[in-house]
Amino acid sequence: MKSLKILLAGTVAALALGGAAQARGTDGDLKILFWQAVSTLNPYLSGGTKEVYSSSMVIEPLARYDETGTLVPWLVSEIPTVANGGVASDMKSITWKIKPGVKWSDGSAFTADDVVFTWQYCTAPDGGCAQKAQYEGITKVEAVDPQTVKVSFAEPKYYPYGAFVGAQSPVIQKAQFKDCVGAKAPGCTSANFGPIGTGPFVVKEFKPNDVITFTANPNFRDAAKPAFASVTLKGGGDAASAARAVLETGEFDYGWNMQVEPEVLETMMKAGKGTLVTAFGTQVERINLNWTNPDPALGDKRSTVEGGKHPSLSDPAVRKALSMAIDRDIINEAGYGAAGKPTCNIVPAPDIYISTANDWCLKQDIAGANKLLDDAGWKKGGDGIRAKDGVKLSYLYQTSTNSVRQGTQALVKDWWQQIGVASELRNISASVFFGGDPASPDTFQKFYADVEMYTNNFDGTDPEKYLTEWLCNKIPAPANGWQGQNMPRYCNPAYDKIVAELSKTADLKQRAELAKKANDMLTAEGAHIPLIHRGQISATAVTLQGVKMNAWDSELWNVADWSRKK
Amino acid sequence: MFTYTIRRLMFAVPTLLVISFVIFALLDLAPNDPLGDLPLTIPPEVREQIRAAMGLDQPFLIRYLKWLQQFFVNEPLNILEQMTGWQFGDGNRMRVLSWATRSPVVDLIVQRMPQTLWVVGMAYVFGILLAIPVGVISAYRQYSIFDQVGTFVTMVGYSVPTFFTGVLLIVIFSSWLQWFPSIYDTNLVVNDWSSLIAQMRQMFLPVLVLSLYNASQITRFVRASMLDNLSQDYVRTARAKGVKEKAVLLVHVLRNSLIPVVTVIALGVPTIFSGAIITEQIFRVNGLGQLLITAVQGADIPLVQTLTFIFAVLIVLFNLIADVLYGILDPRIRYD
Repeated sequence: MKSLKILLAGTVAALALGGAAQARGTDGDLKILFWQAVSTLNPYLSGGTKEVYSSSMVIEPLARYDETGTLVPWLVSEIPTVANGGVASDMKSITWKIKPGVKWSDGSAFTADDVVFTWQYCTAPDGGCAQKAQYEGITKVEAVDPQTVKVSFAEPKYYPYGAFVGAQSPVIQKAQFKDCVGAKAPGCTSANFGPIGTGPFVVKEFKPNDVITFTANPNFRDAAKPAFASVTLKGGGDAASAARAVLETGEFDYGWNMQVEPEVLETMMKAGKGTLVTAFGTQVERINLNWTNPDPALGDKRSTVEGGKHPSLSDPAVRKALSMAIDRDIINEAGYGAAGKPTCNIVPAPDIYISTANDWCLKQDIAGANKLLDDAGWKKGGDGIRAKDGVKLSYLYQTSTNSVRQGTQALVKDWWQQIGVASELRNISASVFFGGDPASPDTFQKFYADVEMYTNNFDGTDPEKYLTEWLCNKIPAPANGWQGQNMPRYCNPAYDKIVAELSKTADLKQRAELAKKANDMLTAEGAHIPLIHRGQISATAVTLQGVKMNAWDSELWNVADWSRKK
Repeated sequence: MFTYTIRRLMFAVPTLLVISFVIFALLDLAPNDPLGDLPLTIPPEVREQIRAAMGLDQPFLIRYLKWLQQFFVNEPLNILEQMTGWQFGDGNRMRVLSWATRSPVVDLIVQRMPQTLWVVGMAYVFGILLAIPVGVISAYRQYSIFDQVGTFVTMVGYSVPTFFTGVLLIVIFSSWLQWFPSIYDTNLVVNDWSSLIAQMRQMFLPVLVLSLYNASQITRFVRASMLDNLSQDYVRTARAKGVKEKAVLLVHVLRNSLIPVVTVIALGVPTIFSGAIITEQIFRVNGLGQLLITAVQGADIPLVQTLTFIFAVLIVLFNLIADVLYGILDPRIRYD
């Protein structure tokens, strides 16, 4: 009789819980597919997007960005601001208050010491920490008390939310990693493959470059979450077959990064097993124009400022005409579909930074481009190619090997042909092109071509650091081992001044004005030709609910809220 | 024969050393970079420090000597320690570490071995088992319907690439009929009937694709070799003596015909270990082949170097085995 009563009481309790919300671990196994397999679960040792995303289910930052790009407190009780006293009025420090009761998955308490240790871990010499940039400018991180962390900066930091914010700088457990600092970091294989975290899931088994098994974290701060009892994250293969596994055969619930031609995806969606989700961050596919001379005859001075100006791309009329000739809508339709939109900006988001000053570029204008070139004195020769003073408008156009990029190259070549510009197409394996090996002539930094196309973006929502990439002192050259980010070799003191002002401005509205001004200057002067604002695109099964696609943080940022549709 | 084998093994040592140096030099000259896949948001100064942490800032020769020491001294000592429980020195030796995973390369290879041996090895065995009878009948009944069909199928199997047959089978059996999974589950543990059936179901498509390819290749050898022997004088003698046709075919002709086939099969064994790169990738078997190709794409040089070197060892070894087998099977051949 007594046991029956207990049983009944238990049932009532279970019903009550079920009525309020889902219960932890009731929805079985969640199957996620990453076609680029995950190599390690320590994002500080890898830096690759796949590692950052997969580890975000386990280890978490103090605050992160939600799907609208707004900062939300995650392991802290509120976002520190100047108004609430969390950020010092001189902007030289920020103080985070950790939420009470946060526990590591092994049951121990999450304290300020762990946060301090994370900073020490990533900034230790010889550690090769991939996320060191997140901790730039920090002089000290200290634990004021077990629940309070104070981060101090060398200079006033007007956007102080870098360290411990977003999936790129999660907090790791001091107890687990204390013997893995500096040169010893790669040797700690078991810790790197199974970090202890505060997130909704715990690593059960990790097979590098193959599959990860997670189980629900018994000590997760929300007792009702996660809904799934386990997660299987499989890797390998290619994007098209990954899309098929989610959209057509329904073997998986979530597929990351569906970089597949839109028409292929559409056919697969007809099976009705899944849908696509997109989110737009800050990625822009652009064509960089080389402002310096890439002529092989220059030898060591090729594509450097010392080698002199580009014989034809130094003419603003040519740069503008090249942009006018392009129909961005067609490029988008052919290669990106729902995962792209035409743009004329290099800072395409968030909303407060979007400029409309250069929107003339959205409409193709072949006749206008032809007239512009005629007026500038570039006359068509017998072969239909324009020339002036013996300089022909004939360009080497390079990019990385990728079917969408080669499709875009072919389209652009045709449009340029129509305005009397010849182009030679070239594609280079991505690991060489982006590899940055100073000995290789084919890297995008060396830019031994006239124009080159690729995508770049910035982390988080603040473009200040990104805009510094076009400063005069960031031009790649033999002197700095070709390690600059100013690929077009653009140099304008007026631009440098705007960026310097931006770094000294605290007011968000003024910052937005300055960022827009900088963005407009770059496109108007033709440092590059922006083409497509690229989104992230992933596939979800129709039976999965709660996915909030996020381009500002990890796509799996709210995996605790995902559940099975009943 | 024994002295011959010993002599060959002695020769293998300098050969392998030269091979390891050539592989290392080629990989070093290749323009790939291990940081090529990282997001561009990671600034150049940080990249430089990551490179230094990988040891890439050291000169070529130092890196090569380090690898030699790690692979030929540290790794074997480590295996010995694990097997015997003895302790050599402080046990704190630098192992060959992969750059992408930052974990010991040998552990990765050991982890990948089972699925590759199951899928690729099984396909090799099936291929042989299928090829011999088909080859024998095709040769015996030359130009019959069976031979014509067999020739057609083997030609198709041999010339149509696995990336086509693999995807075709997925579209038919996984997307339309939904009989077999298109993705291999490496976590599956076989411990009862239902898991055994699941294992067989997930192995079916990749094994089918590879068996077709292997069988096609070996069938052609068996058929050609049988045809060579069927017209020999000893066959006529046997028949004239009144030996039964079955005995002529299966005892006399088949035994002699298999001598070159055995060599071909032995030489093909190393390819099982190098995996079937394309098939593993299509079905996500994630064995040694997939390990190698992701390492090549990611410029994970220690992993590529170690894997290709192990393949080189296997190839040298199985060449020797094939030569020795030839001597044992065919009394006309003597090496001493």
